[in-house]
Amino acid sequence: MRNKLIAIAFGLLTVSIPLFAHHGAAAYDTSKKLALKGIVTEWFWANPHCFLRFDVKDDKGNVVHWAAEASNPSDMVNLGWSKLSFKPGDEVTVTVEPVKNGLPIGRIDQVALANGQILKGRVVF
Amino acid sequence: MLRFCSIATIALIPALVAVSPTRGQSAQPQQPGAAASQKEAAIPRHDISGTWDPGNNGIQPLGPRNMPEDGKPEHQVPYTPLGLEVLNSHKPSNGVRSVLPGETNDPVVYCDPQGMPREDLYELRTTQIIQTPLKVFVLYEFGKIWRVVWTDGREIPKDPEPRWFGYSIGKWEDDYTFVVQTFGIDERTWVDRAGRPHSADLRVEEKFHRVDRDTLELTVTINDPKMYTKAWVALDKLPFKLEPPNFDVREMICSPSEFAEYNKIIGNPASGKGTQ
Repeated sequence: MRNKLIAIAFGLLTVSIPLFAHHGAAAYDTSKKLALKGIVTEWFWANPHCFLRFDVKDDKGNVVHWAAEASNPSDMVNLGWSKLSFKPGDEVTVTVEPVKNGLPIGRIDQVALANGQILKGRVVF
Repeated sequence: MLRFCSIATIALIPALVAVSPTRGQSAQPQQPGAAASQKEAAIPRHDISGTWDPGNNGIQPLGPRNMPEDGKPEHQVPYTPLGLEVLNSHKPSNGVRSVLPGETNDPVVYCDPQGMPREDLYELRTTQIIQTPLKVFVLYEFGKIWRVVWTDGREIPKDPEPRWFGYSIGKWEDDYTFVVQTFGIDERTWVDRAGRPHSADLRVEEKFHRVDRDTLELTVTINDPKMYTKAWVALDKLPFKLEPPNFDVREMICSPSEFAEYNKIIGNPASGKGTQ
């Protein structure tokens, strides 16, 4: 199985799905989206926000420990997520808006599972 | 042998449905044969009990739905100089004045109670209302907290001991509108997610209006002469839909241990305050 880091940077935010204004966007570079293929290490299903931890191999084969947040469980349930959506070892492709400071942290736009299912991230209302 | 119902009996059926002695504090009895319209008979009187869902309108991420802090002139709240000073000391983690997650001093982020009126103005989700002869209970999903509204005609105590959720009294303005006044709110609470301030003199008015059998509207007015030059409307007829009686309300609990874990992995590193 091959785990590759796939980075796709968008110059402009072209999608019509609104952002996570619910909990603030100050830390995130909302002009970028990265699609990261990796292996789940933890799925934290709790307030204030759920977050997914996953390991991604970069081009040099180094493992980078990523963490990406979603919204709270009440919101995520309405989008079809659950406490059981992920388990350690799952292969996922996580599309995130990365933090501005360059650390491997992001805000989830969507997660693609190995079976092809897409879980969309939080939508602002 | 079948018995035929008389026309008079048929006319009484809607009236019998409308009168519900086990709900509401003082349901008005129908005159026998009164021509209450079908629509009126379908709306319970003096009754806002039930499980009410505001949908996503209650989340209110930028502040109250009718007065968000979005930089628009029509949403500028009428601050006094003191109000503006206290506002600027509040550092929210969302909205036009937001700071990084690790820099906020929003008490709710650290699991302090939202208090009033913020419990109506941020993360207002499925809300359960229970009426008893002397008081009304309002049970909120966010924080899994409840409030008491006294309906026994009492006065607000003089110098009420400050409470996170204040001290509430309520009465019926008409058959379908329940009006609540809340005083004595602890000054540590923020009015809303945006960090609007309040003093110990804050008075919050809530109007719960039963529009029809399945719809409740909430209007919230903020009155605090120390912080605002005039009263302002935070929510104007926010609609709720009635859920069935067997609807199960989720938990939304601010757990300090879960918050600490979130901050360790996401909040602090994202704010440049430490690594994962």
